[in-house]
Amino acid sequence: MAVQKLPIAKAINESLRKALDTDPKVLIMGEDVGKLGGVFRVTDGLQKDFGEDRVIDTPLAESGIVGTAIGLALRGYRPVVEIQFDGFVFPAYDQIVTQLAKMHARALGKVKMPVVIRIPYGGGIGAVEHHSESPEALFAHVAGLKVVSPSTSNDAYWMMQQAIQSDDPVIFFEPKRRYWDKGEVDTDAIPGPLHSARTLREGSDLTLVAYGPMVKVCLEAAAAAQEEGKSLEVVDLRSMSPIDFDTVQASVERTGRLVVVHEAPVFYGSGAEIAARITERCFYHLEAPVLRVGGFHAPYPPARVEEEYLPGLDRVLDAVDRSLAY
Amino acid sequence: MTVESTAARKPSRSSNSSGAGTKRATAKKSPGKAPAKKAAAKSATRDAAQREASPHDVSQHDSELVQLLTPEGKRVEHPEFSIDLSPDELRGLYRDMVLTRRFDAEATSLQRQGELGLWASLLGQEAAQIGSGRALRDDDYVFPTYREHGVAWCRGVPPENLLGMFRGVNHGGWDPNTNNFQLYTIVIGSQTLHATGYAMGVAKDGADSAVIAYFGDGASSQGDVAESFTFSAVYNAPVVFFCQNNQWAISEPTEKQTRVPLYQRARGYGFPGVRVDGNDVLACLAVTRSALERARRGEGPTLVEAFTYRMGAHTTSDDPTKYRRDEEREAWEAKDPILRLRTYLESEKIADAAFFTSLEEESEVLGKRVREAVRAMPDPDPMAIFDNVYADGSALVDEERAQFAAYQASFADSVEEGK
Repeated sequence: MAVQKLPIAKAINESLRKALDTDPKVLIMGEDVGKLGGVFRVTDGLQKDFGEDRVIDTPLAESGIVGTAIGLALRGYRPVVEIQFDGFVFPAYDQIVTQLAKMHARALGKVKMPVVIRIPYGGGIGAVEHHSESPEALFAHVAGLKVVSPSTSNDAYWMMQQAIQSDDPVIFFEPKRRYWDKGEVDTDAIPGPLHSARTLREGSDLTLVAYGPMVKVCLEAAAAAQEEGKSLEVVDLRSMSPIDFDTVQASVERTGRLVVVHEAPVFYGSGAEIAARITERCFYHLEAPVLRVGGFHAPYPPARVEEEYLPGLDRVLDAVDRSLAY
Repeated sequence: MTVESTAARKPSRSSNSSGAGTKRATAKKSPGKAPAKKAAAKSATRDAAQREASPHDVSQHDSELVQLLTPEGKRVEHPEFSIDLSPDELRGLYRDMVLTRRFDAEATSLQRQGELGLWASLLGQEAAQIGSGRALRDDDYVFPTYREHGVAWCRGVPPENLLGMFRGVNHGGWDPNTNNFQLYTIVIGSQTLHATGYAMGVAKDGADSAVIAYFGDGASSQGDVAESFTFSAVYNAPVVFFCQNNQWAISEPTEKQTRVPLYQRARGYGFPGVRVDGNDVLACLAVTRSALERARRGEGPTLVEAFTYRMGAHTTSDDPTKYRRDEEREAWEAKDPILRLRTYLESEKIADAAFFTSLEEESEVLGKRVREAVRAMPDPDPMAIFDNVYADGSALVDEERAQFAAYQASFADSVEEGK
């Protein structure tokens, strides 16, 4: 059964299951990942099938989870750790930034850090504080870390396989509000390299670049724009570090316009990096400045106003109109 | 316990070499034959072996558990902690617990009705919270987690204020200094350091106020909590660490967090630790009062472990049937904090039927008041997203606010045009 229709959460579950099955060095660690199967059930059933030695309920301590994952990696294991929610990663930030990211360089390449840190991220689920954040830029800014985010079930499955096989630490941001979106997963065909971007919809007037939860919004925006006679191309970035600038560049050279969309605050966000690089690469092709749509320079708001805070269809189309007006 | 920790099943090499690993059973059978100098190690070995066999049995029959009111509602004395309360005070504690439970049940039901996005119930922990909360003076300062609804009640925080963040209209929103009750903290354990720092400030000011930090068994694993123990001990800060060990950190039993009873951790940091029956409001009051007085006298921090039980789910998003057995809950229901005080009040004729009836009516009034207040709570103005980001203001925030206002206004225009 090569092709199955699975929700994103289940696709990740199947991917973890396959990794546990094929590589005895793969471990799952985190708070409530064992008996409960994680608060989003992403690790559901794995402890039952692979035992407490490989699917480990850890003490409630994020720094401890990542710090011990580093030690296990030094000992030859490939830990896949879960941080329960985006806002809870910061007790582990020190271990991630000062230790995990730099160990390979400090050991002059003699040590590898094949650690995957899974983080359900982003808003839109009506949660309380610290459960809806998009901190990817805080990790992408750190050399030594790789940062990715799937937007489909097939990518969720395959990118997790590739992240686990990577000898570098990978921060794997899972779009939590899309966990239950279903899509086809082909477990026989690798869709491409982990860090490549993918054009999901072709268009000629403007390029929309997004990743994770915002890909769906951009596809909807492109469909809406089509009805108004505007042809938008949608590129799923998939990887925020490294970034596949070649794919974005090729698209912008054809369309001449670029809007980058993410939930994270615009200020110092990944959109800023993309805008700067694409301006350098495509200066004579650009018909308008690169525009960004994202969160505000404010704490993630209470759930009852998160719909206003989050970039939606209208905010994307507003930026599209502004770009096309140049 | 249903879940055995990995540590118990697979002893580390170091514990093997000290005889605490595979030789445990032997050591347990013949402790008397051990040479004297190895007695301490042997004793630790024996403890470990017993814990491994049945960790919860050891904890629950701990001879050091401070209790003044048994689950059957009988007053008992403790050599170190005593309490002498007037009938009014006893009825007051009962009223606090009943109203807190009523408020909590109302919040749970408001969540079910979609009025709240989430609720973290304190069901079962009323005695721990009311006992410790009523031990405080007005000038003392409280640093809660997100479940201290009973303590908030004792501090005079209007219960409906607690519901804004669970409804999703704010992130707390009350002024911590009105009732000396800091905002709820969701990230686990952070507030123990804030409490310690506040207490250091109290000491610097030469005041005799005390500070209390609430946290749970899960939080005891966090680095922040360990650091707060270190700082408070080193600076002799007037802080009481009140740990409600409710046995479960979402799905993980306390055995996943610690291999010694939590109150014993204090010793390693250089301050006393006490385990109190967390379902005994009298004992919680007496022990917390004593710890606060100790802090006021400049004798430094105390760790109080209130041994209690989370009767409900972690939050309304949680499903405890996935990880724990009904029988466990039933066993704890027999130790209910409210029931045992009621038995005592009735048997000692401290409260009559009229008292209980009128309290029932008061509970219903409270429930109604909370229900109406929550339903009337308006959604915030979206422009409030940009409020209070900085105390000194920010040009960037101002710019984004103006852009967002113009964007919002563009829809109003198109609606007008449409007409």
